[in-house]
Amino acid sequence: MASVTLNKVNKLFGRDHIINDIDLHIGDGEFVVFVGPSGCGKSTLLRLIAGLESISDGDLCIDETVVNDLPPRERGVGMVFQSYALYPHMTVYDNMAFGLKLAKATKETVHERVMATAKILQLEELLHRKPKALSGGQRQRVAMGRAMAREPRILLFDEPLSNLDASLRVQMRNEIARLHNRLGSTMIYVTHDQVEAMTLADKIVVLNGGHVEQVGSPHELYQRPATKFVAGFIGSPTMNFMPAELLAGDANGCRVRAAGIGELALPQNAQQRQSGEALTLGIRPEHLCLAAPTDDNCFDIVNVEYLGNEVYVYLEPKQGDTLLIHRSEAPSQWREGQQVSLAADWEKVHLFDENGAALMLSTQQAAA
Amino acid sequence: MNTRQLAKIAKRVGFWALIVLIMVYAVFPFYYAVVTSLKPSSDLFRVELWPSNWNFDNYISIFSQTSFLRAIFNSIVVAFSVVFIALLLGITASYALGRVRFRGRSTVLLVILGVSMFPQVAVLSGLFEVIRALNLYNNPAGLILSYTIFTLPFTVWVLTTFMKQLPMELEEAAIMDGATPWITITKVFLPLMWPAMATTGLLAFIAAWNEFLFALTFTLTDDQRTVPVAIALLSGGSAYELPWGPIMAASVVVTVPLVVLVIIFQRRIVSGLTAGAVKG
Repeated sequence: MASVTLNKVNKLFGRDHIINDIDLHIGDGEFVVFVGPSGCGKSTLLRLIAGLESISDGDLCIDETVVNDLPPRERGVGMVFQSYALYPHMTVYDNMAFGLKLAKATKETVHERVMATAKILQLEELLHRKPKALSGGQRQRVAMGRAMAREPRILLFDEPLSNLDASLRVQMRNEIARLHNRLGSTMIYVTHDQVEAMTLADKIVVLNGGHVEQVGSPHELYQRPATKFVAGFIGSPTMNFMPAELLAGDANGCRVRAAGIGELALPQNAQQRQSGEALTLGIRPEHLCLAAPTDDNCFDIVNVEYLGNEVYVYLEPKQGDTLLIHRSEAPSQWREGQQVSLAADWEKVHLFDENGAALMLSTQQAAA
Repeated sequence: MNTRQLAKIAKRVGFWALIVLIMVYAVFPFYYAVVTSLKPSSDLFRVELWPSNWNFDNYISIFSQTSFLRAIFNSIVVAFSVVFIALLLGITASYALGRVRFRGRSTVLLVILGVSMFPQVAVLSGLFEVIRALNLYNNPAGLILSYTIFTLPFTVWVLTTFMKQLPMELEEAAIMDGATPWITITKVFLPLMWPAMATTGLLAFIAAWNEFLFALTFTLTDDQRTVPVAIALLSGGSAYELPWGPIMAASVVVTVPLVVLVIIFQRRIVSGLTAGAVKG
């Protein structure tokens, strides 16, 4: 078990700046998930921690030691790869024992550790099989077993579930969560799947274009996204964005005019903002409310999707072509072709400025 | 029987006839060598497809020559050494060329390929000087050196192609397990590369076993010769007689090991040669 600290870490491939000045602290025993769109640098960041890539600039510390120049085996990290990368010619036992043997452990220690790991992962029956005779989920468990057998201080997962089918993915997700509860070791997990991120993480790190957008608990990220990017990335279906204009505001709240909806009083702190400033209003699909249309607040329902437990209603504004999504529990009274007006749970909407940064809640609201 | 069935049968017959034709074309020369080797010299020029009386005099005569036995021994030493050295250097070189990113990697690969394009005769005199300078003239070591030079390009190319196809994550997994490059090669890559190694090793073996020009040029005395030269230099009763019987017997004797090797490794060779084409 160990903590990991990144201090202004940078990574360049040639002229491409993949990782840009990342500061991050991962506490002992935390389950941290790196999430972001493809190409955001999340896998590279994990490989920097693993020691598979060298750090161009900055410091990486495990506990109190700077490990920039240490090879992977001396960092005390274990890694689970996306393709599992099991040694095809070795049995499950040998796959898990390989690292221990290389570390010059005695035969008894090797056996003891492999058996203990196999027991945790329920692999005892499979120890003498070769990887090709295993199912996807079993291979996945062997890959975890191989990473765990050496009892690393930190376990790294690089999109470990993306090769599994949907139902197995849910099951393995569950097993990983229980494994973390049981071992209590520090785990870092990379995924592009926000559901995996939300369900597994103690702390989510949202990455975009090589820098950290926001670090926080799943709850914080959902409730209070710091940027428009995070707001759009977390949550499914994605948050609705619509242009708005700041009319007036102070530390206790503000008034904005949103296109197609009208004037709204919102709880965001708009101190030091110019009236007339262009903002973006963000409303999660589950916070939208539909009602009978009025003259200046009128949207067409263009599609209704029925998912069994819930219903998505797609709305087209009079101006602009971005569809809005409304989500509610089934059954829904709304039908395609109807016209509706929009309202929302105004306490729960978000405002972003032109740079994508979220406007903080007013002091009163934050206190309440 | 309708025409469709008839056409089907005709197709099958044609197919098998074609196979028999190819088989005869490929195997007949060797078969005729076997037949000739079993004939006494008096019958040598009588054309027959099955020897009327079996006669092993030719085999007895070649095996009673110590120089021929010595040549077989030399050939075995040379061929196995070439295979061993070529595979050792080939595997390590292919790791560097297939896995390590460095400047000029493709240039190196092209140069290696270019080297193998020169005909043997072109480098013969230069190589002769090298071998003299290294004091390896009339020594099987000189043959090992020169065959290795000619075998390596092919070996390196095939193994590099194969090495590139092994997933990168496999190597990274080994690194995470604490393996050095040498351990990664020997414990992880080698077991996976047997098909490619069987293929390249066998081809290197055949090349070294059958090579004639260098073996003739770089050796002088009977006890340093390899089999192809020894066969060519077999002499008959007089200067005007070519001893066809013993030559054929000797040829059969040295070809049999190759045939056996090919049969043993045949499955591996096929999977090795097609490894580049299909994934899996």
